Amino acid sequence: MVEFTLPRNSKVVKGKTHKAPDGTKNIKKFKVYRYDPDQEKNPQLDTYEVDLDTCGPMVLDALIKIKNEIDPTLTFRRSCREGVCGSCAMNVDGTNTLACIKDIDQIKGDASIYPLPHMPVIKDLVPDLSIPYAQYKSIKPWIQTDTPAPGSERPQSPEERAKLDGLWECVLCFCCQTSCPSYWWNGDRYLGPAILLQAYRWLVDSRDENTGGRLDALEDPFKLYRCHTIMNCTNSCPKSLNPALAIAETKKLMVERM
Amino acid sequence: MAFWVGFKMDLRSDLGRVRGLGSAKGGTSHWWAQRVTALALVPLSVWFVFSIINLVGVDRGGLKIWVNGPVSFVLMVLFLIALFYHMQLGLQVVIEDYVHNEKNKVISLILNKLIAVFLVVSGITALMKIAFGG
Repeated sequence: MVEFTLPRNSKVVKGKTHKAPDGTKNIKKFKVYRYDPDQEKNPQLDTYEVDLDTCGPMVLDALIKIKNEIDPTLTFRRSCREGVCGSCAMNVDGTNTLACIKDIDQIKGDASIYPLPHMPVIKDLVPDLSIPYAQYKSIKPWIQTDTPAPGSERPQSPEERAKLDGLWECVLCFCCQTSCPSYWWNGDRYLGPAILLQAYRWLVDSRDENTGGRLDALEDPFKLYRCHTIMNCTNSCPKSLNPALAIAETKKLMVERM
Repeated sequence: MAFWVGFKMDLRSDLGRVRGLGSAKGGTSHWWAQRVTALALVPLSVWFVFSIINLVGVDRGGLKIWVNGPVSFVLMVLFLIALFYHMQLGLQVVIEDYVHNEKNKVISLILNKLIAVFLVVSGITALMKIAFGG
């Protein structure tokens, strides 16, 4: 059966509180999930009091400040700090998002920060994403043609190119992927919203010549049809893309060729 | 490589595991049938509810006259088929979603189909007994 509760060794327990120095005026509490694989302990929720007067505006700024000034053991992924690399995907205030483009101001009360849900945790806020990466590889996300490559670029009309808008912007942060209950229950076989959006990006690319083969590979009760239009994917996408629409369009292509 | 996965030793590569048994090249007709039966059930359910409300207080003789009507008989048969077909399709998805033990899954899926057929046949038999029975 599906697991509705965490295994005993994954239950989150109360952790340490790192108080702000006396006299700090503008304090925000960050409650952060901590897990250290080297210690045989349950994950814990540590509280950090951060001085917002000396902190940047985004959640990632606060995490970097915590790591620099309060607790250097805090572990998380980050790189571009402007929402184009997808590294700092995590669950902030109950929703998967990129910490670097999430305003601290938007969070009412204490800020809770967890790793992406339902993924194995490597350490603290770093999840193991090997399976989604392998799923991405499995859809062959590159152009497939039989016509010999032309000497110049492959032409595409502005209308054909426009079909890729809303798809190419995906940064593969897997916020949508790990927000999807269907992916939680059946992530071993369901490709998930991020991968299906990428698959659709190649289905509608006018330059690709293997649309039928791609549809064949997707047509499966689990790979594609575990999507039950729950819409968490679209709600959580930090780039405001619509994976649910891409999946619906894929299903329409399936019916079209029936 | 992911070291976890069901806490069972699995030394396949991630790509090998993700590809698994490959695509079943199916599922579209199931998905489409679910939509078509849902569409059919919209007018049929509304009609059914209104008919039952109209039949409140009617005795068996009155019910027999209603069931005997060609329109109500045909619509009732269609309603039963669409309803239990839709139910079977939906429950199959629920079972596939939540039942992960392979043995339990297969047993549930078979039972689901058999019970759906049983319910349709029982329903239509009951209708015919009311309509044509003594």
